[in-house]
Amino acid sequence: MTPVSADLDRRFRDAAAREQLLDVAYDLVDTPVGELLVATTERGLCRISYDAEPERELDRLARTFGVRVLRSPRPIDGARRQLDEYFAGDRQQFELAVDLALQADFNRRVLGELARVPYGEVVTYGALAARAARPRAARAVGTVMNRNPLPIVLPCHRVVGANGKLVGYAGGLDRKETLLRLEGALL
Amino acid sequence: MTLPPFERFYAEHKEEIYAFLVRRLGRDRADDAFQETFLRALRAYPKLRHGEHLRAWAYTIASRIAIDEHRRPRADAELPEVASLDGRPAFAQLEHLAQDLPPTERAAVVLRYGYDLDYADIGAALGSNATAARQAASAGIRRLRRKEAQ
Repeated sequence: MTPVSADLDRRFRDAAAREQLLDVAYDLVDTPVGELLVATTERGLCRISYDAEPERELDRLARTFGVRVLRSPRPIDGARRQLDEYFAGDRQQFELAVDLALQADFNRRVLGELARVPYGEVVTYGALAARAARPRAARAVGTVMNRNPLPIVLPCHRVVGANGKLVGYAGGLDRKETLLRLEGALL
Repeated sequence: MTLPPFERFYAEHKEEIYAFLVRRLGRDRADDAFQETFLRALRAYPKLRHGEHLRAWAYTIASRIAIDEHRRPRADAELPEVASLDGRPAFAQLEHLAQDLPPTERAAVVLRYGYDLDYADIGAALGSNATAARQAASAGIRRLRRKEAQ
């Protein structure tokens, strides 16, 4: 039996994206903090996932954005390149469209404020809550950070506890530390 | 059963669908037909109401595309030796004979006797049920016998 060649497989995946037949295109991206599953809709980046169990992640993407979920490297190329640059220390800001259409209003507002926290700086949960016009919602902000759909690109690693402790990170504290060290926010 | 993400459907069926297209069309033409099959599946995918009988559905699309490909003349190549590639000469003959049947009967006959799908799968592929698929297949066979007798 002749197997499907890598080239044919790739051509189909490219064509599916080119003809705009996908609800979600995704690929795996190698980084110093491990392999990331990076996914995008037509509108923009919709998911970056650490330690993704692909089966579960695909089910989740399909439920959220539609069943036409396909691994297709090309739509991820821009994000892949910018992530490479970021980890090489050559990029401080991401220029990528993001798709937060399905986030609740409050989450979207908090994530919008989060996106403005500059490279190499940290902010407390409380301060971020204040910037999102909900000064008493530090705990709710913590929950939004924990469920951040786009870690690294939306820099929830720059959010720390009132005492300056790193506190928590959905991808694990080791990674939070690595990212902050990379940005020179930790010595 | 809910519809799985397309990636899973593709991963599960791509090899056998490709093998099927290679048998039908030969290596050269199978590649294009393969891409066309899964692009067509992708277009129709969100309209499916459940995730059952997806294998039969994939074969139905692939066999329609293979039939179209067969009809399309090609200047640069002879038709491949379907029978010898396939190792199932009876099936190649069947395909050829079934060409003139009404579409539902043709699909039922080919899926049943060519690809050995059971009637439940064929019914699903045809948008009906096992009983209707069995009737269509036997009507098709009767029609072929009559033709044969002429």
